[in-house]
Amino acid sequence: MSLVGNLFSSSIGRKFLMAVTGLVLVGFVIGHLVGNLQIFESPDHINGYAAFLHQLGPLLWVARIVLLLCVGLHIWAATVLTLENREARESNGPRSAKKWIRATLASRMVRWTGYVVLAFVLYHLAQFTLGVTGTAHFKENLPRYTMTADYRVAGFPVIKAGAEVLDVHSMVILGFQSPLVSLFYIVAVGLLSLHLLHGLDSFFQTVGWRSAQWSGTLRKIALVFCAAYFLGNLIIPGSVLIGAKGLREGYKAPVTVATNR
Amino acid sequence: MVADNSSTPLSVTLRVWRQAGPDQPGKFVDYPAKDLSPHMSFLEMLDVVNDELTTKGEEPIAFAHDCREGICGTCSCTINGKPHGPGRGVATCQVYMRSFRDGDVIVVEPFQAQPFPVIKDLVTDRSAFDKIMQAGGFITVRAGSAPDANSIPVPKEDADLAMDAAACIGCGACVAACKNASAMLFVAAKVSQLGLFPQGQPERDKRVLAMVGTMDSLGFGNCTNQYECSAACPKTISHDFIARMNRDYLAASFRHAFKPASASTGGAG
Repeated sequence: MSLVGNLFSSSIGRKFLMAVTGLVLVGFVIGHLVGNLQIFESPDHINGYAAFLHQLGPLLWVARIVLLLCVGLHIWAATVLTLENREARESNGPRSAKKWIRATLASRMVRWTGYVVLAFVLYHLAQFTLGVTGTAHFKENLPRYTMTADYRVAGFPVIKAGAEVLDVHSMVILGFQSPLVSLFYIVAVGLLSLHLLHGLDSFFQTVGWRSAQWSGTLRKIALVFCAAYFLGNLIIPGSVLIGAKGLREGYKAPVTVATNR
Repeated sequence: MVADNSSTPLSVTLRVWRQAGPDQPGKFVDYPAKDLSPHMSFLEMLDVVNDELTTKGEEPIAFAHDCREGICGTCSCTINGKPHGPGRGVATCQVYMRSFRDGDVIVVEPFQAQPFPVIKDLVTDRSAFDKIMQAGGFITVRAGSAPDANSIPVPKEDADLAMDAAACIGCGACVAACKNASAMLFVAAKVSQLGLFPQGQPERDKRVLAMVGTMDSLGFGNCTNQYECSAACPKTISHDFIARMNRDYLAASFRHAFKPASASTGGAG
């Protein structure tokens, strides 16, 4: 069989696709978190960062398409593998419930955490990228923010002081001031962390880089990573929810709310 | 396991899966097993129950067994939800009644999966494993007189690791334990026991591709990295072999796609 055939139709090949796309998405969520943590600096940071990303134009679309492709492949592989697994369990014998010997909670929950993560991603995009939910607080409907300092990437000023940019800072804080939204975010990133715990461990097993010599260390690394990832994500809605992080100075609510649609 | 050296007899209730044939509906039936010696093996206990059933004119419970020494891989009962029952690193035939308490209800089921259909009661057809072996679980050698010992050097570590894999008795507990009925541990052990040796190298890529391909085509499920298989394995074969097979399979797939092929259509002469 050909390489493409092996990757797309064999069990190990599909798992490899799942592992690799998962790793790309892990890379994305790390970058996404690091970028978002700039919210704890002056509004110039996150607003400049957002303007910089949008300024990338075609490159941004390349990244988006690659990510969408990864999400699509990851879900496709999970679906076909799961359906095959169910079929493999069908037999003419007794239908007893599975008793677990040592499978971890994260591994047993991985499909369910996956569903929640998918729902969360869709909601997150609807809220902060497309502005379908929370329209009044969507960045397009907020007054523009004027940069007070240059936003630099690798030392280069990519967004200059004085530039009028979208006020992502205020959008995020207004969004997270809703306890329901914040709690959903916290629960969802918690489950995403659990998803990643099994995923990260499994990546090394699937590509064949896991062995008893270091599997204990690998598990610890994965645990620390997932805990750190969860905490990093927790503090953004968490600090808004408890009132530790408020709106920026000089924020004025828009005079006309949600005029477009 | 309960470390109990007493000889106090115990009585248990067996809840056994009874199924007259592959196409017959099955059901769990309770059988009392009274005054058993704790030193009896689980299979001896089944023999006693079967004797009683035969005396009463009932159909005895069909179960697979052969060597009763834990090395042939024929016995195959899921006892209380765990393939080969309580204890680690033992096959069903090495389970003793001292592992149970007086008054226990013991649920006994066949190893099962879509590729392991039930033939009768506790006996399943595991010939799917033979088909996987036929696809590549061998090496091609010059048959004849035995070669000189040590004529092919094998590093001790490789030999030891290969022996760990070769401990697989092909019982199918890994498949029965897996929620996906995946045969990855079995196939990984068989791929590795040959792939770790110099004699296994010429057919290494062909072997892993063929055996995994056959495994997939027979309807076994896929690995979810939960390692229930190695926990249930009577030979405690490590799931590290699965990682090794994954690497071997992926490398073989890439090599197969890119390695140059000879343009010659004839032989060397």
